[in-house]
Amino acid sequence: MVVDTVLWSRLVTGLTLSFHVIFATIGVAIPLMVSIAEFVGIRKKDNHYTLMAKRWTRGFVISVAVGVVTGTAIALQLALVWPNFMQLAGNVIALPLFMEVFAFFFEAIFLGIYLYTWDRFRNPYLHWLLTVPVVLGAAMSAFFITSVNGFMNQPEGFIFEAGHFSAVHPLQAMFNEATPSKVFHVLTSAYMTGAALLAAVAAFSMLKKGVTEYAKKGLKLMMTVLLVFSFLTALAGDVSAKFLAEHQPEKLAAAEWHFETEKGADLIFLGWLTAEREIVGALHIPNALSFLAFSDFNAEVTGLDEFPVDEQPPLLVHYLFDAMVGVGFALLAMSAIFFLLLFWKKRNELNRWMLRVIVLGAPLAFLGVELGWFYAEVGRQPWMIRGYMRVEEAATTSPSIVILFFVFLLLYILLGTMCVIVLRRLFRDNPAEVELEKAAKTKEEALQAQQQKAGDEA
Amino acid sequence: MSYEILGISVLWIFLYGYLIVASIDFGAGFFAFYARITGKDHLINRLISRYLSPVWEITNVFFVFFFVGLIGFFPDAAHYYGSALLVPGSIAIILLAIRGSFYAFENYGSKKNIVFLFLYGATGLLIPASLSVALVLSEGGFIVEQGGVVTLQYLELFTSPLAWSIVALAVTSVLFISASFLAFYASRAEDKPALDLMRGYALFWSTPTIIAAFTAVLYLSQHNNRHFQNMMDLWWLLGLSVFFFLIVLWLLYKGRRYGWAFICLMLQFLTAFFAYGIGHYPYILDPYITIQGGATQEAMGIALVVVFIAGLLLLIPSLALVFRLFLFDADYVKGKK
Repeated sequence: MVVDTVLWSRLVTGLTLSFHVIFATIGVAIPLMVSIAEFVGIRKKDNHYTLMAKRWTRGFVISVAVGVVTGTAIALQLALVWPNFMQLAGNVIALPLFMEVFAFFFEAIFLGIYLYTWDRFRNPYLHWLLTVPVVLGAAMSAFFITSVNGFMNQPEGFIFEAGHFSAVHPLQAMFNEATPSKVFHVLTSAYMTGAALLAAVAAFSMLKKGVTEYAKKGLKLMMTVLLVFSFLTALAGDVSAKFLAEHQPEKLAAAEWHFETEKGADLIFLGWLTAEREIVGALHIPNALSFLAFSDFNAEVTGLDEFPVDEQPPLLVHYLFDAMVGVGFALLAMSAIFFLLLFWKKRNELNRWMLRVIVLGAPLAFLGVELGWFYAEVGRQPWMIRGYMRVEEAATTSPSIVILFFVFLLLYILLGTMCVIVLRRLFRDNPAEVELEKAAKTKEEALQAQQQKAGDEA
Repeated sequence: MSYEILGISVLWIFLYGYLIVASIDFGAGFFAFYARITGKDHLINRLISRYLSPVWEITNVFFVFFFVGLIGFFPDAAHYYGSALLVPGSIAIILLAIRGSFYAFENYGSKKNIVFLFLYGATGLLIPASLSVALVLSEGGFIVEQGGVVTLQYLELFTSPLAWSIVALAVTSVLFISASFLAFYASRAEDKPALDLMRGYALFWSTPTIIAAFTAVLYLSQHNNRHFQNMMDLWWLLGLSVFFFLIVLWLLYKGRRYGWAFICLMLQFLTAFFAYGIGHYPYILDPYITIQGGATQEAMGIALVVVFIAGLLLLIPSLALVFRLFLFDADYVKGKK
């Protein structure tokens, strides 16, 4: 039996990345949420928010560790599974790859200091300031690694001669034209997902244990963040689509099932494809694709017919694309409805149905992130480096890759289960209310001791 | 100095840094397990977990810095090592993952679990053994390219006395470095029983380390005489290494100045490691990749050297900071914080 090593190489990398992106997204997003919560806590002098920041950080540390482990795995796998890709592209794109590790380390160091310096500063804003390098480091990691992905889509900053890249400009390669829209989309969607996750945690605790002041504040804060970033994510999605229309039209055309170049192109929503490439059951919105791509209802949109058949992305990306967009708008709608209920006095925004939907929002948001990356990666096929290296040229030729797929699958199942068990242990026996009481008690005792001391001295 | 030399020098410093901090960590895993099965864990396990928990992420970053830096600076290394090492490299990833998760989860009960402690101890020996194989491969003869296909000659590798002697050297060094460091740490903590135990381990592992080192050099002379001769030209570096080793041994034996003993140990490994590395020149992988021929283009090379050095400037102060917080803070060391 001949093993399709290219397919299995893609599966191994897809597996590692699908697992890693969960923790990478959490790693990028949660520091911002912690920073916001601590800031609000200091502003309002409300220790509920301070406790929120503390508890989120505690859980966050666990996920960071899994992120480190899977991040190390993908760093090594890039060379092990795609040796020829790294040999060719390493010349041009090594800089951001290295800087990503750097940025992560920067984040980890300040996270460590942040963890161990609660209550060390007289001025609470000084402790809050420590979140700034953590948030920045996390965002920079996302920036650097996304710029590598941008390069794979839109390779720039070199001259291609005799199968090699020469006259390399590392910075130009890093700031390729795909980078800005991609980074914008990755960051906003990560923040959206982080907010959805923490909102879901608050909603879940309300469903289980009833409404508490602490959970209510957490929910409202995170729903606000969710509203802002789901809106920005939609905007970033639009920017990305416009980028694709101009620079990578085959990717957009495949996602939209836009087969022939035409002016005033319709937007095809949902539907499915027959064996004869006929679209059934789809919603056709007249001229909307032209508008989406160029802000002009009559603009010409490049279709798949302009590309040779063996350079067209698979058409199934349409489903991924529509599902991703659907998730984004569902989250936007969910947060909008929450605030409508909140401001419409007769309604209760904390009714059980709303809370259930919010709980559902977290897995939905992560699904959106996964779908988005699947679209980004499958939509680039057959290219590894668009226009220069095909996927089959880049992969390893070793048939052992098949076994490794299952070994890594097992590893990730194990890591994921352990992570859930540890997180549950961490929070189940230590609810926020108990911690608040404890904190209040120690504060009172400290106050009493102080008064006593003052009394003794007097 | 050309940018290639600068690049490989900084990378080699990363690797040296990893060698030291990772050895401490790996060896501690083994000692934690060993102490448990010999019923002495109450003496040292608290000491070990107090030092190691804050440090492992830095250890890991040293490795990833080296690895990503090497691939970036010498892209051909990805082609040769990457193709040849798919299976062993993946095993190393899994071992690192098991170990990393131990740290992530240890605060929440896994410490008492003997299976977990066994995995922690076992990975502490298996990871350095598997990583050291990369050094063996770089000597040439094990990775072969034929018709564009790169393969690893497993049979030759597993029957090579050079390979086994380098693995033995890696394992004994890890235990020697780690025990010396933990003895020093115990002396800072003024923890007499732990100090006695760790000093004993350090003395015990010193002799096998030096024997393994001589054996490895001997087999190297048979396997790659060019490299061996280059190292012999650096006889004074090797001599310094032996000199530092004798000081370490003497200080450990006398049972005093553990800090100086550890510094001398670091110098012992520094001199030997650089004698080995300089002797390796000009090859990254004998005979396929040389430092000049395999280096990335100049623009990228210079950009990388700049961030390598920035990386060192970030790593070293942060190590210093963590050491101040956890190592030289007397209260923390004694477990009062």
